[in-house]
Amino acid sequence: MNRARRRALGALAGFVTFAVIPRASRAHDTEVQIDNFVFNPQQITVTAGATVTWVNHDDIPHTVTSQTGVFRSKALDTDDKFSFTFATAGSYPYFCALHPHMTGTIVVEANSGKS
Amino acid sequence: MTTHNHDDVPSRRKVLECMTWAGTGVLWTISGGVPRSLGIIDEAQAAESKGFTFLQISDSHVGFDKPANPNAKGTLEEAIARIKAIPAKPAFMIHTGDITHLSKQSEFDDAEHIISQAMLDVHYVPGEHDIIDPEIKIYKERYGRGTKGAGYYSFDANGVHFLGLVNVANLKGGGLGSLGDEQLKWIEDDLKGKSASTPIVVFAHIPLWTVYPTWGWGTEDGERALSLMKRFGSVTVLNGHIHQVMQKVEGNVTFHTARSTAFPQPAPGTAPSPGPMRVEDAKLRMMLGTASITFKQGEQRLAIVDTPLQS
Repeated sequence: MNRARRRALGALAGFVTFAVIPRASRAHDTEVQIDNFVFNPQQITVTAGATVTWVNHDDIPHTVTSQTGVFRSKALDTDDKFSFTFATAGSYPYFCALHPHMTGTIVVEANSGKS
Repeated sequence: MTTHNHDDVPSRRKVLECMTWAGTGVLWTISGGVPRSLGIIDEAQAAESKGFTFLQISDSHVGFDKPANPNAKGTLEEAIARIKAIPAKPAFMIHTGDITHLSKQSEFDDAEHIISQAMLDVHYVPGEHDIIDPEIKIYKERYGRGTKGAGYYSFDANGVHFLGLVNVANLKGGGLGSLGDEQLKWIEDDLKGKSASTPIVVFAHIPLWTVYPTWGWGTEDGERALSLMKRFGSVTVLNGHIHQVMQKVEGNVTFHTARSTAFPQPAPGTAPSPGPMRVEDAKLRMMLGTASITFKQGEQRLAIVDTPLQS
């Protein structure tokens, strides 16, 4: 193995290590886009401990409001974000309190033990 | 647009023809509970000078600065300037909600500063944009004195009974606008003892009838409210929220929505969402505007004239 190739492999290993470590800590984190008065994806499954971030892309404010009172964002103006970390398994239906025909669900599965 | 013969009851088809026409203005009168389209704006203005007239403005969205209208404050100022210029002073104004865009104190301040220049009493009901703060404190402190719930109330003027309703509070996921049991009970009590010949005007933000449920344009218990008004010979329902003129007539009830002073919204189902509609600058002011409503005592007639900021 020549020196240049060894160096390339080393760099690749370094890259892989660099890429994996930060990903592991937020492996379950995900985003929901608000576009055209729709939560997208409308239903999403995450594991317990995951943080979900909603981003409003509309020119009109929206809220992210749990139907069971678990979470409630303030009004999100254009490009505003709201995050919530789901610690407990379950189904979390939510809606926009300003436009209640907009609905979505976060399904949280129990963490199987591996992080 | 067809001008209907005054002696004929318009067919449903003709009423629908009128509904699709949203140009410079349309005059509706009610005679014995039957709405008739009389003509357009000149005739309406002539009629206006003889009756009891009030104005409706809606959906000012003060604070809105997105591409559909970067200056919503400016177009509200234009609307108020036009109201000030009306030769026969209207009795008062109603505002059917979405005064502000984000319920901010500064937006309410700006709105009040501009609207007060009309020098008219204003009867407000909130839109969903006015009650974004969880306890609805800001709206209620400014406009909710002496009102019930999130701001509903009634009053009388010139023999007409007005009900200002709130159908934007405590909304449920998956639902439409909602009045709620408490408010419905209050409406029932409020109308008790009123004679059936009393003209009734109901105003609220979201249309009380189902315009387009896919976009949330309707009130889930609106029908229950209207059933409480069945015995009245003349019921007029004035709404905002959908930022365009739309009319419907059912029995003794005339439904009407007003234009916004801020930005237009698409006709139901003609766009991916009900969001602000971008139009050419030259066309914007044709799609914004106000409405004036006239009663002629003794004739049981009512006329609604929609006036764009620019025709």
